[in-house]
Order: sequence, then C-alpha cells, then structure tokens
Amino acid sequence: MSSGYVQLLQQDVPLSWYLLLSAVLFSLGIVGFLIKRNLITVFMSIELMLNAVNLSFVTFAHQWHAVKGQIFVFFVMMVAAAEAAVGLAIIIAVFRARATLAVDRIDLMKL
Amino acid sequence: MNGSLHLWLIPLLPFAGFVLNGILGRKLPKALVTAIALLAPLGSFLVVLGESFGMSSASLPVTETLPFPWISAGKLRIEFSFVFDQLTLIMLLVITGVGFLIHLYSAGYMEHEDGYWRYFAYLNLFLFFMTVLVLAGNALLMFVGWEGVGLASYLLIGFWFQKTSAADAGKKAFIVNRIGDFGFLIGLFFLLANFGTLTFSEISAKLAANPAWTGGVLTAIALCLLVGAAGKSAQLPLYVWLPDAMEGPTPVSALIHAATMVTAGVYMIARTHFLFDRSPFALSVVAIVGAATALFAATIGLVQTDIKRVLAYSTVSQLGYMFLGCGVAAYSAAIFHLMTHAFFKALLFLAAGSVIHALGGEQDLRKMGGLRKKLPVTFWTMTMAVFAIAGFFPFAGFFSKDAILYAAFTQGGLGTVVWFVGLVTALLTSFYMFRLWYLAFLGESRSADIHPHESPWSMLGPLVILAVLSVCGGWIGAGRFGAFLAPAVGTKTAEAASSNLELILSVLAVGVAALGWFIADRLYRTNPESPARLAAAVPGAYNVLVHKYYVDEIYNFLIVKPLLLLSKFVLEWVVDIAILGGAAWLLGGIAMLGGAILQRWQSGNLRSYAAWLALGAAALLLFVLMPWTSILAGFGLHVGMVGH
Repeated sequence: MSSGYVQLLQQDVPLSWYLLLSAVLFSLGIVGFLIKRNLITVFMSIELMLNAVNLSFVTFAHQWHAVKGQIFVFFVMMVAAAEAAVGLAIIIAVFRARATLAVDRIDLMKL
Repeated sequence: MNGSLHLWLIPLLPFAGFVLNGILGRKLPKALVTAIALLAPLGSFLVVLGESFGMSSASLPVTETLPFPWISAGKLRIEFSFVFDQLTLIMLLVITGVGFLIHLYSAGYMEHEDGYWRYFAYLNLFLFFMTVLVLAGNALLMFVGWEGVGLASYLLIGFWFQKTSAADAGKKAFIVNRIGDFGFLIGLFFLLANFGTLTFSEISAKLAANPAWTGGVLTAIALCLLVGAAGKSAQLPLYVWLPDAMEGPTPVSALIHAATMVTAGVYMIARTHFLFDRSPFALSVVAIVGAATALFAATIGLVQTDIKRVLAYSTVSQLGYMFLGCGVAAYSAAIFHLMTHAFFKALLFLAAGSVIHALGGEQDLRKMGGLRKKLPVTFWTMTMAVFAIAGFFPFAGFFSKDAILYAAFTQGGLGTVVWFVGLVTALLTSFYMFRLWYLAFLGESRSADIHPHESPWSMLGPLVILAVLSVCGGWIGAGRFGAFLAPAVGTKTAEAASSNLELILSVLAVGVAALGWFIADRLYRTNPESPARLAAAVPGAYNVLVHKYYVDEIYNFLIVKPLLLLSKFVLEWVVDIAILGGAAWLLGGIAMLGGAILQRWQSGNLRSYAAWLALGAAALLLFVLMPWTSILAGFGLHVGMVGH
C-alpha cells in the first residue's frame, strides 16, 4: 500500500462515515436479534452489535488521538470471546435438552 | 473471690443437678437420676453447714463478687455478688436442709410417676434459684432468683400438665405472681432512681448516713416491694394462686408452697428492712395486710374438706403471721416463725402426702378417718406438727408465734389490734388443725373400700426428722434468735427476756390454742353430727366460707372477664383482625395486583425482552440527546436545569 492511499484513507473519509457504518451495523445487529428465530443467528447478531461498537471506539480513538478507546476494544474482544465460549456451550446444552434452537420455543419462564 | 467460703457452690450444685438430669435424665437409669438429684441439695447443705461452723459472727457479712461486673452502663454498675450473713445462713439452712429432706421424700413419693427425671430436674432448678435469691447481694440478682423460683413453681404446679386443672393452676400462679413481680420491678426502678445503686449494703449505708430521710419516696419504694412480697408470699389480695397450686405433687407443695418459696416475700422484707424502718406508714400496711390475711385465710381453712387445701389456707394464714411480725418491725421474730413454720408445715404436707399416698390419691377428709392404727408413723409425726402449728408449749410453733405476738402487743397502738387478730387467728388455726387431725386419723374409717398401707422409709425418714425439728426447733431460737439476727435485720425487736407480761401473753396464746382443740374435740369427736347441724344453722356464713368468700368469682368477674372481653373484642377483633390483619391483607393485595399487572411483561419470550431493552435504550438516548432547554424555551419556558 502506498503512503498516498493511506493518507487518502486517513484524511478523506470523514468521521461521520465511520459512525454511520457503525450505526448501520449496530441496527442490523438489533434487527437480526429481534427477528431471527435461530438461536445461533441471534448469537451472531450480538457479535455484530459488539463489533459495531468496537468500530466507533476505534474511530473516536483515532479522532481524539486517545489510546483509551483502542484499549476498550481489546476488552470488548476479550469479553466477546469469553461470551462466545459460554454462549455456545449454553446453545449446545439447550439443543441437547430441547432438540430445537428456535427462540420462540425456548420459553420455559413464560407464565 | 474469698477462698475460705465457697458460696458459689451452694447454688451451683443444684444447678449442675438440674443440667445433668434435665439433659440426660430421660436416658439415665432411675437410680442414677435419684443419686444426682439427692446429692445436689445434700452437697449444698453440707457446704452451708461447713460454713456455719467455720464462721464467727463477727466476721459477717461476707461478700463474694465475681471479678467482672454483670451490668456496667454509665454510672450504674451491678455485680454478681453473693452476701452471706446471719439472715442468709438461717434461710440457707432451711432451704437446703428441708429441701434435701423433701428431695429424699420425693424419691419415694414420685417413684411410680412418669417424668421422674423431669420432676427432679425442676426441683433442683428451684433450689438453684432459691439459693440465688437468698444469697443475692443486690436487688437485681435477687430479682433473678425471684423470677426463677416463680418459673420453677410454675413448672412443678403444672407437673401433671395432662390434667387441665393442674395446667390452669400453674398459669394462675404464674400470672398472679407477675402482678407482684411488676410491683417489685417498679420498686427496683425507684431504688435505682433515688439511690443510684441496687446493692443492699450501699442502700443501707446511704440511709444510715441520712437519718432525716423518712416517708415520701421511701414509702413508695417500700409499698412497691410489698406488692412484690404479697404476690410471692400469697398475701391479700394476691393469695388466690396458692390454694390452686395444690394441684402440684405434694412434696412440691411442701417445699415450694409451704417451706421455702412462699417465704421469699418475708425474707425480702427482712432483707430490705432498712427501707421499711424509715416508713411507718408502709410498716403499718405490712402489718394490716399480714393480720387481715392471717384471719381471712384461717376462716376459709375452717371448712375446707380437701386435706391439702386446709394446709394451703393454713400456709397463707401463717405467712400472714410472718407479715404481721414484719409489720411491727419484729423481723427476727418473723424469720424465726419462717424457720419453725418451714419445719412443721413441710412436715404437715409430707404427712398429708403420706396419707394421700396410702389412700391411693384420696384427698377428701370426709372419706378418711381411723388412720391412726393403719399409719402409725405418719400419725405420730403429724401429731407433732399439729401441736407445733397450734402453738402448744414446748413445740416449735409456740416460741415463734409467741415472739411475734409479744412484739405486736408491746408495740401498742396498731400493734395491739394486730395482736388481737393474731390471737383470734391462733384460735382458728388450732381449731382447723385439730379438725383435720380428728377427721383424718381418729374415729372410724368412713370409706370401707380403702386399704391404707404405711409409706416406705424413704418417705417416713424425712417425716421423723422434721417431727424432731418441729418439737425442738423452737428451743434453738428461743430468747437468742433476735440477738443472733440483730446484725442483719437490726435490733429494733426486743425479744423479751422473761417478764410477767410475756408469761401472761404466752399463757393466753396457749389458752386459745387449747380452746381451739377443745372446740374441735367437741365438734368432731364427741358429737360428729354437730358440724353439719352448725352449718345448717348459719347457712349464709357457711356458704361464704365454703366458697372462699367468692374471691375467685369476684376476681373472675371484675378482672378476668373484662380482660378477656377486652382481649377478644378490642385486641383480637379490632386490633388484630381489623387493623393488623387488614393492613396485611391490603399490602398483600397491592403486591398481588401489582404482580398481576407487571407479570404481563414477563412473557418469557426472549425477543420481547430484547425489544423492550432496545426501546428503553432508544428512549433514554432520546431523552439525553434532545435539546430540551431550547425546546422549552421555544414554548416560552425557562428552566434552570433539565436533562443533562
């Protein structure tokens, strides 16, 4: 990659684009979470939301020349990894117990 | 702690007996239970005896205090302290000595009862609290013993709790005693407020340093203490529990409701005599209460047909005698009578118990008769006791009763009145005791189908020892008792050296006792039909006496019923059901209604939760990000701080 391209990337893409992308990704995550029936897809939607947030963190870190935001991203990734491990374990357990992954049918707490 | 005296052992031994038998008794063999139960009071008695030989009068009082305080709050400091002086010594000898004899007797009397171990555990517990009561060096520790003996009394009266009447009698005793205890407690608060201490020796010293303090608040304190004493010692108007307490086993009646616990009131007045001495009014009240009780109870005793009830009313009457003695400031005479009374009244009860035991539970005097031949030992020991309580020379009762009557007479004024009441009571006492004697032991048996048998020696042994004490117990004290007790209860009493006046009074007292015997002899031996004719001649008076002056009925009508009605209609229906219950229902209703509404959110549907979450987040975001100030300003409103 030439330095000119990097410069272009750094200078010419405005902040709002990044944020818009982040918002779009986040909204997709929410919508996916709400409308998808398969538990694994729901789970992936959550990951999507987390990454949308990561994107805005990085963006702001870059904008303000503060390293905190990037550190937060690492935290979020770490938590996401842990969550993935636990979440997948739960999903497997649920599947074994109920033989389904449809969220609508996992409703034991319903009155 | 003083190394030479081991006062702590005295209450601790019975307590150990109580703990051992109370926890393990159910599983232990009977012989071991008996051994533990008997060794505890015997050990205490030996300790007391050892100390009484070891001590010299000059070295008393001895105080033993635990190295740490019991209560330490601000300026108030209350110690665990035991005081051993002449008064304590007499009381302890009576309590542990007579107590041991009655334990021994109980081993025979209660042999076939279920809950044998429970009985002895309670009996030891009683001795523990009673010894704490008399050893206590301050009024609060005394109060602990005071409450404790009440508890033990309650447990033992209700020993046969399967019987409703016994359970009720226990409750009655406890509740009536609570009324007295309340007075005692108020007295303690008064003492604390005015003296700043509850230690007897400090109060006494403060009073001695201020000879001008009389009447006023001291009268109030003394009267409050008197209420407590009247409750525990079954004086008017709180005596009603004692006759009912006869529902308990007979040895319990002998130990607790004749010889020891009921005399706690007398002991308490003697112990706090420095307060009563400063309040002539309170002393007069004590004398009047005592004299009235003595006469009142004696008249009821005339017509009772239950052998134990006769003795119960006799006890109330004799306690009245002791109060009468206290009321004329003859504390040592009162304590003297307490001691002799413990001997002969315990003997009377134990002998009555032997009769009841022999007759298989029969207590009705009208069904007895002619037991003299069948139960010779019981008869002869009982005879000693009857002569002692009637006050014949030279039996124990003669000396102590004489001392009280002499003190009352020489006081003059009110003293003469109570002396006369005491004399009349002596006549009545002699009459009803000989009536009992004739009805139970002489004449012919009035029930054909009973086959009495003499009791075992574990029961007769105590009878014989107590009979000896009932005969000789008075000689120990005659003339010397007042001087011996003087350091503990003051020297106000002059227990007369022989004077003509005392001789005349003594002859008079023995005279009325003989008169009482004579009347009983006429009515119950010579003309056995005459009592019925006499009763028929004055049916009104007879009925009043048989119904015990309707006191229970009056209390029932004036106090118990209104209290029950109040409890039922106001406390139960209004306060409990309407207010508290209503509030509880209201709160529960609100919670249930709220739950019914809110549970609709808990759909159990994961996506609905997520949707609510997203909506909530969106709403919050909106709220935070909206430029509220400018929007409101657009409406012409200016608010200091809205939003962020």
